[in-house]
Amino acid sequence: MTSQFTKVTHERVDFELDASGLLCPLPVYRASLALNQLSPGQVLRVITTDPGALEDIPALARQTGNTLLGTEREQERALFWIEKGARS
Amino acid sequence: MTDVRTRPGDALVDEADRRRRIALVASKGTLDQAYPPLILATTAASLGWEAGVYFTFYGLDIIHQDRLEKLKVASLANPAGPIQLPNLLGALPGATAAATKMMKKWMTDARMPSVPEFIEMSQDLGVRFFACSTTMGVMGVVEDDLIKGCEIAGAAAFLDFAADADVQLFV
Repeated sequence: MTSQFTKVTHERVDFELDASGLLCPLPVYRASLALNQLSPGQVLRVITTDPGALEDIPALARQTGNTLLGTEREQERALFWIEKGARS
Repeated sequence: MTDVRTRPGDALVDEADRRRRIALVASKGTLDQAYPPLILATTAASLGWEAGVYFTFYGLDIIHQDRLEKLKVASLANPAGPIQLPNLLGALPGATAAATKMMKKWMTDARMPSVPEFIEMSQDLGVRFFACSTTMGVMGVVEDDLIKGCEIAGAAAFLDFAADADVQLFV
């Protein structure tokens, strides 16, 4: 399986991963694969619907040395902006 | 502050450089019990941790080439499980097959990977699979029966790996 993410032209977003409809551990698994493709300083936006992702994605950022820049809730969707760290 | 994970004789490693590690034991060979260790190992590897799973007793079936596709849900395993039957009826022929079919449907409907897919995902992420050598001997399983990439290990070898783990779980 490979992570599916598409490049988007948006300020502070270099790549986007839509993990809507996916349950744990898939949002974290795919976000991790996506982050591995980024260069330091690039920003990944992750979209999730799994309630567990509200804590899982911040935990992923902490554990992998990347920076959670922001989160946003819109109804059942949650959006996360993660900046790739220098040493992750 | 003393780092409890640093033991006498260990090389001094910058804590920030040290990878976390999880050691899991998979001791059950039913479909429902195959998922938790594989999910945790896949997640740990996604977090950048080192991960290893020790497959022992019926858990060895999870990495047995001929058996991993045939793992079943025991209808007696969970009285509140997929098939709502009194336990006595759970012993009837067909109850296990029905419970297994139902769980597979739940997983597919929820877009969850199958056990073989989780095995592939975790191995691709570098999760180490340890096959219990005693179980192999007792059950007449040889290395060629196992999926590729397994390490045959006794308890001491696994404990040597687990001793340096931050998290150890028995499933």
